[in-house]
Amino acid sequence: MQNGDQQYSMEDETYTDIDGKAISLECQRHSGFCREFTVSSAKVSIGRVMVYTCAVWLTAYIIFFVTENTAVLSSAIIITLVGMMVHIHFVKVDHETLLIIGSLGVQVSSSYASGRESTDFIEMGKIKDIVINEAIHMQRVIYYLCILLKDPSEPDAVSSVVPLFQSSKPRLNCLVKVYKSCQEILAKC
Amino acid sequence: MVLKIFFPQCCNKADSGLLVGRWIPGQNSAVVLAVIHYPFIPGQVKQYIHQMRGQSGVDLTVLGSWSMPKEGQEGMESFLRDLSTIFPQGQWLQLSREMGKIGFRCHILTRDQNGKLVQQEKELKEENGVPDPQTESQLPQVFGTVCQSEPLFFLDKYDDSPVKLTHWQSEGREGSIIVELMKQASTPVCLLTTWILTLWTSLCSSRILNVRPMRFISSKLSTCVQLSYRTEHLQTVSSPTRASTHTHFMRKANIFVSFFVDVSLGLLLISWLYRENRIGKLANTLVPAADHVAKELEELLQWLMGAPAGLKMNRALDQVLGRFFLYHIHLWISYIHLMSPFIEMILWYVGLSACLGLTFALSLLSDITALLTFHIYCFYVYGARLYCLKVYGLSSLWRLFRGKKWNVLRQRVDSCSYDLDQLFIGTLLFTILLFLLPTTALYYLVFTMLRLVVVMFPGIFRSYRLAEGVKFRVLCEEPGTPLHLMMDINPLKVSSVIQTYRTTTYSCYPKDSWLALCKKLFLGELIYPWRHKTTKID
Repeated sequence: MQNGDQQYSMEDETYTDIDGKAISLECQRHSGFCREFTVSSAKVSIGRVMVYTCAVWLTAYIIFFVTENTAVLSSAIIITLVGMMVHIHFVKVDHETLLIIGSLGVQVSSSYASGRESTDFIEMGKIKDIVINEAIHMQRVIYYLCILLKDPSEPDAVSSVVPLFQSSKPRLNCLVKVYKSCQEILAKC
Repeated sequence: MVLKIFFPQCCNKADSGLLVGRWIPGQNSAVVLAVIHYPFIPGQVKQYIHQMRGQSGVDLTVLGSWSMPKEGQEGMESFLRDLSTIFPQGQWLQLSREMGKIGFRCHILTRDQNGKLVQQEKELKEENGVPDPQTESQLPQVFGTVCQSEPLFFLDKYDDSPVKLTHWQSEGREGSIIVELMKQASTPVCLLTTWILTLWTSLCSSRILNVRPMRFISSKLSTCVQLSYRTEHLQTVSSPTRASTHTHFMRKANIFVSFFVDVSLGLLLISWLYRENRIGKLANTLVPAADHVAKELEELLQWLMGAPAGLKMNRALDQVLGRFFLYHIHLWISYIHLMSPFIEMILWYVGLSACLGLTFALSLLSDITALLTFHIYCFYVYGARLYCLKVYGLSSLWRLFRGKKWNVLRQRVDSCSYDLDQLFIGTLLFTILLFLLPTTALYYLVFTMLRLVVVMFPGIFRSYRLAEGVKFRVLCEEPGTPLHLMMDINPLKVSSVIQTYRTTTYSCYPKDSWLALCKKLFLGELIYPWRHKTTKID
């Protein structure tokens, strides 16, 4: 593996998220100190969309049958359309990416189902460490990868925590893989 | 350690030459600011760089050489290496690019003790966009360097000077006459505005206007709050000192632009409003509208006093509450009728105030609406207080019913043994309150709905978060070349632009979340919509 080689590996058979849905992890090694991890969640399923739409429209028809008011039908259509647009633009995350560049910083970006991308870059000077934390949520214990930030004036205190992969919520096996790669790069610089 | 080179995108296609820039100390990275083209005389280059260093205060040096050979230009490699002897540096960069390929090659020659040439790992970054200096970490230092080297960007490769440069402003520098004129005119205008504002603030903080009742009223009226915010903002904008940091400058610029847009929109509104005696028409419809609202309220109360929705109310309590509210409405209508001759004049003057800004006019409008629907607010308060008392009484007596008591010290429910007469009276009261509950609850429900409708009417502002920074993208590269990353500015989202533009919010949703709101409604606590969300402009 020479410097500057791009290694491409795709493994999506064994990873699931904390609810049991299948997700896929893609690791790209751009160079010795630059890696990119992409976790993709399941796409919007046609079945669910059709079930919701049919339920809403059936209710609208029943109400129309009772009240004889056509505004109900048009409002149901508008609600369905607007709801779908809002869902794919603001709610449904398609994939989340973590790009770690040694000695420069870490870039976290989420890309939504409509194509919108929201990116955030954290400089290496502000990063204390990347760790896997445990959290107790209701009746179960979940693991999540997070970046510990520090204030440059106080290098020993953790100023804040940035959790990663919040929408895809991968399980521990996937997180450990990402964690090991990140620690390799953080150790080098 | 990895060496990082920040390279402007425009120099991608530049002809071969010398790289001029700055090494960032301690970070093992370099910022390339410009490329000086052949042919040049080394002495003149050194003189020019020395001059630039003095003018800009940036530690400029010759970083290395850049070669992009065109057809027919061979044999440059050895020439470029010999240049490193003319400009003695600790580290010499050799960037080269071949036609038809995207990636660069990079060699670093370090001069160590023996004068041997050593190669190192490298990483290249292409930058693009407008700089924004902040604090002492790496990326801001890059941007800060580019900012401060402004004198370097005055010369161009098309200029007729001994030194021909290509830099990120080679494609054309932006400038405008209007901006220059405004810069010249800004100082006296600033001084004048500051003087007027000091007069105004001294007037506002005088003893007369700071008496407690006035303070209370003025903190509730959104107009006064708007005025105070406006004054604050104008003070920020018109202070004669220059903006110390870039964020400060951005904030000033934002406030100025927002004020400008506000005032122009207000003037537009005035011109539309005063055109066809619209004010008169508005005034003529206002009093009948208030009358109509009062009539509707009276009908509603009559309905409640009868058998609303088939529910059977307690006759006596119903009559008492209904008559009380009816008398209140009667008082209100008489008040409106008393004011009716003056309405048109008031509206005329209020309309004039829109020249201070559209938001000011809107806040005045919302204040007027609040004043006109004050009686609904009163009804809501009465209904809510009654209901609240009832619910508390009921809950306490219910505890007595079960033989328990609320321990205030420990904030929990404890068992308690009551006397027989206490139990007897408590049970009686509990029964009375329980059977009177539907009536009170109905009144409370109706007036709360009305109140919520009135409160939601002026509209909603939501708050978004700022997103600003840089983002990186890995460029596809060929093997054997160092890692290339494209650095772009992460643009401010529209939502954050709106947030910084918005000077104050008359936040009409209650301060708490929906769940807390429902809890408050159920218990009968009063909902105050006046709390203003303070905007945090970063």
